[in-house]
Amino acid sequence: MKLQRPKLTWWERTYFPAILQGLAITFRHIPRIKKRVTLEYPEVRWELPKKYRGAPVLLTGLDGHEKCTSCKLCQFICPPRAINIVAGETDLAKEKFPREFTIDMGLCIFCGYCQEVCPVEAIWLKDEYELADYDRTRLIYTKEELLARGRKPPYLPGKEKPLTEGDKP
Amino acid sequence: MNAWLAILLPAAIKIVVILAIVLTGVAYTTLAERKVSAWMQDRKGPNRVGPFGLLQPVADGMKFFFKEDITPRQAYKPVYLLAPLCTLVPALVTFSVIPFGTEITVAGKSYPLWIAPGMDLGLLFLLSISSLAIYGIILGGWSSGNKYSIFGALRGASQVVSYELGVGLSLLTVVIWSGSFGLQDIVNAQKGHPWFFLTHFLGFIVFLVAIFAETNRLPFDLPEGESEIVGGYHTEYSGLRFAMFFMGEYANMITASALLVTLFFGGWNLPFVDWAKFGPIWGGVLSAAVFFTKIAFFLFFFIWVRWTLPRFRYDQLMNIGWKRLFPLALANLLLMTTLMVFFGFGVKQ
Repeated sequence: MKLQRPKLTWWERTYFPAILQGLAITFRHIPRIKKRVTLEYPEVRWELPKKYRGAPVLLTGLDGHEKCTSCKLCQFICPPRAINIVAGETDLAKEKFPREFTIDMGLCIFCGYCQEVCPVEAIWLKDEYELADYDRTRLIYTKEELLARGRKPPYLPGKEKPLTEGDKP
Repeated sequence: MNAWLAILLPAAIKIVVILAIVLTGVAYTTLAERKVSAWMQDRKGPNRVGPFGLLQPVADGMKFFFKEDITPRQAYKPVYLLAPLCTLVPALVTFSVIPFGTEITVAGKSYPLWIAPGMDLGLLFLLSISSLAIYGIILGGWSSGNKYSIFGALRGASQVVSYELGVGLSLLTVVIWSGSFGLQDIVNAQKGHPWFFLTHFLGFIVFLVAIFAETNRLPFDLPEGESEIVGGYHTEYSGLRFAMFFMGEYANMITASALLVTLFFGGWNLPFVDWAKFGPIWGGVLSAAVFFTKIAFFLFFFIWVRWTLPRFRYDQLMNIGWKRLFPLALANLLLMTTLMVFFGFGVKQ
């Protein structure tokens, strides 16, 4: 296909009109103090979308125990294999519980498959996102840590509340 | 002894003051570049170090001091280590011939406000010295032993050679018009007359475009060309040596602005203002202030253009230089000399 170039006048071919137009546009942006897009991050934070996927946490049921039944579906679905569960027996109605439940946050890719696949909604991707650390060993979250993170209220506005026992869909 | 002191002491004081002003200017031009570019893109720019980020240049300078100075194994050391100086020093030396004010009279003696007063060939000296800055780029790029560096250096060399013609020819009309190579005379020729950008509009346009290429500023920053050849001639440099290249570039910008102001925008002149009326000291100070304000405007213009225009392609750059600016400068020379010889225009001094 032959591209039809626009016919330029002599004045346009000197570049000057385009250059002056460009200079005018950039200059007009200088005094727009109210419309700056910069977000001064640590002090000012953005509003998270409702289904934001942050750090995965374990949720506690109304009976005070973790909801997890140690079915290991999340462990199997986890693409980077960040989840590691050691199952154990319990006298509770669910009969099985996770003796150990660790998530290696150095591996986690925040895909949310674990939350999607969990039959009892025990694991949830919360809205926490400042997870960096200087030590990789501290990035392996234990069961207690995950439960503690799950008990914390969502700390940012605009987050759908995680489901608890009783308001199942 | 006293006679020597009478010459050296004022000169030394002027050198110190000018160096302080220029180096501070360099530091704050880098801040201005970041701030203005931020504003043009609806951002806020650096505002963490000091009020409005005003101490940012100090922090940047400190950072350069503490960074590692890496010399690549394949570099040719003596030249590699020397090259950054070759860009910085000429850029600073040029200020010795630029008249930045009228004169200050103290105790019956008047001191003209430029470092080397009475330099008849000021313009030639300035052009020759400022062209030396390209040697730093060529040597730095060549001695790095890196293909991107040598590409940057070659681009810089051919670019400067091409645009030097436009600069020289467009300045020639100014020299003929005012009848002197001395920068002081050129400034005085604009006192009470229209500034030369009005009378030499064509030459001014040619010079303005060419000076952008000479200082390696966008839209002609092909020697650096980040998206094509990494960092160009300073790819391998780090730490203080990179800082020297950086400072040299900005000092060259200030020199270019000073040249623009001196030659085309009346130097320290303002229309209908006679600095002699402001008293022996204030006249000089105010005239220098006006001069530096004009420089600041052109520095802003450099930044403004940089964040507006994209980079030219290399063949476009050469086309503009040889097929547009060069004939234009020649035509301008012909026009101006015709006006002078046959119609009696020009400034009689």
